[in-house]
Amino acid sequence: MIWNPNKECMSRDEMSALQGKRLHKIVEYVYHNVPFYRNKLQEMDIRPDDIQTIEDIRKLPFTTKKDLRDNYPFGLQAAPQSEIIRVHASSGTTGNPTIVGYTRKDIGVWSECMARCLTSYGVTRNDIFSVSYGYGLFTGGLGAHYGVEHIGASVIPAGTGNTEKHLKLIRDLGITGIACTPSYALYLAETMDKLGIRKEDIKLRVGAFGAEPWTEQMRQEIQDRLGLKGFNLYGLSEVMGPSVSYECQMQHGSHICEDHFYPEIINPVTLEPLPAGQTGELVFTTLTKEGMPVLRYRTRDLCSLMPGICDCGRTAVRMSRIEGRSDDMLIIRGINVFPSQVESVVLSMPEFAPRYMMIVDRVNNLDTLQVQVEIRQEYFTGIFDTPAAIDALEKKLASKLKSVLSIAAKVQLKAPNTIERSQGKSAHVIDKRKL
Amino acid sequence: MTIPQLSIFIENRSGTLIKVLEVLKQANIQIIASTIADTAEYGIYRIICSEPTRACEELKNAGIAVAISDVFAIELDDQPGRAADAVKMFSEAGISITYMYSFLLRSKGILIFRTDDNAHAAQVIQQNNLKSMTP
Repeated sequence: MIWNPNKECMSRDEMSALQGKRLHKIVEYVYHNVPFYRNKLQEMDIRPDDIQTIEDIRKLPFTTKKDLRDNYPFGLQAAPQSEIIRVHASSGTTGNPTIVGYTRKDIGVWSECMARCLTSYGVTRNDIFSVSYGYGLFTGGLGAHYGVEHIGASVIPAGTGNTEKHLKLIRDLGITGIACTPSYALYLAETMDKLGIRKEDIKLRVGAFGAEPWTEQMRQEIQDRLGLKGFNLYGLSEVMGPSVSYECQMQHGSHICEDHFYPEIINPVTLEPLPAGQTGELVFTTLTKEGMPVLRYRTRDLCSLMPGICDCGRTAVRMSRIEGRSDDMLIIRGINVFPSQVESVVLSMPEFAPRYMMIVDRVNNLDTLQVQVEIRQEYFTGIFDTPAAIDALEKKLASKLKSVLSIAAKVQLKAPNTIERSQGKSAHVIDKRKL
Repeated sequence: MTIPQLSIFIENRSGTLIKVLEVLKQANIQIIASTIADTAEYGIYRIICSEPTRACEELKNAGIAVAISDVFAIELDDQPGRAADAVKMFSEAGISITYMYSFLLRSKGILIFRTDDNAHAAQVIQQNNLKSMTP
């Protein structure tokens, strides 16, 4: 099923023309409403009228996570505050989160795109659909929620946590669809085994899985154990949230809502655009966003684009699975985590040496994060002669980490000079997860 | 009335304990009594030794997390029930003992402990004529 055949199956010529028209409009819009972009464009001697076709996008500057951070909180917002009806936040690379404001129209576009995803998965108004992403500042919960409402299915705003109660609802209410992280889907399967619930006892038939990387093997396992068909759902809050791209029944690449989000693949080092099929960094330009539009936003996700008409009938370009990152961001329990966030917390506490090690693992399909820090010799005083005093110090760090990362971390205190001092990108991370 | 005790942070892995002991051996420090409070991931090694100030410096120089804590050390007759009698005095005075260990020295039982109220504990020791070990 296709929610919006006019857009999802548009001829390539029509799509390019529409994208070009919208690109011109959005460049004009940010030029007049966002000093950051106006300054950048003026520096490059580009005027909005220089941008007429979608090919002209190559003339435009890139936007990075650092730009969002430097302009915290509302520097890149284009719409006046009175037009903003919702604000979400995602992980920043250091202290400040990334703030994204949405106008009423943005929320409408988001719901429309999410409706395309759900319809592509086979969800209809007759479904009972559980949204099991985190509700709140994270875009997952509310983003999926609005889409489910938009197509008229019954939404169960389950959120995260309390898995046993959730499973009871899945069984008793005859829930047919679920949106969650793929690792949570496996955790559900595990909990079902524990509670003696068989897949024949539940009616789940569609899964919308995203917010973290997953593999074809994980898909097979989830499908086998939950008795549903699982589809990829991709998005990022800087661009919109979940619904930027979605798999169809072919389960072969995710169709991008490219009338709203224009994708490019670039070489992350030279920043040159790469031809279709080659793997590089995914870049998005929002073509219709009012609240916080972005020009050529570098997602840091590595993947490739697959042009061509899909067997499902859609012409919308597909993106491959995310093959990696061009930065050191980690995704833990669906939440983006940067080592620099952990670093900023550790540096703020003089009790610890300015060194740390993050150990990420997956135990029973749940991601775990352990942060190792060294007690600083001069702060180890006579009051630390009991485990209770040391545990309190660990808890103090754990609670600061929780508030910055939005996920719980287990702190392990190490003796001075025991954490290896090494340089380089992943020197602070040991990721033991095997996908 | 208190004596200095070394409190040392050691991780639960092989080689950490011997590192501490080797430093003390090299420095010719004699251990009089010791105990380890262990948790799943680390331990706090508590030591009563000769020359605690120098021992502390030597350990610090070796990069070990160590601090000096003040603990009580009272001498008891080497007879059954003396520890119970002593602890009861603190208990009746409403003082909590945070941790405690004991050893025998020259036919005397020595009870080492820390309390949640050292000033009050010192009063109890005085009032009951308990004999404190001198540093």
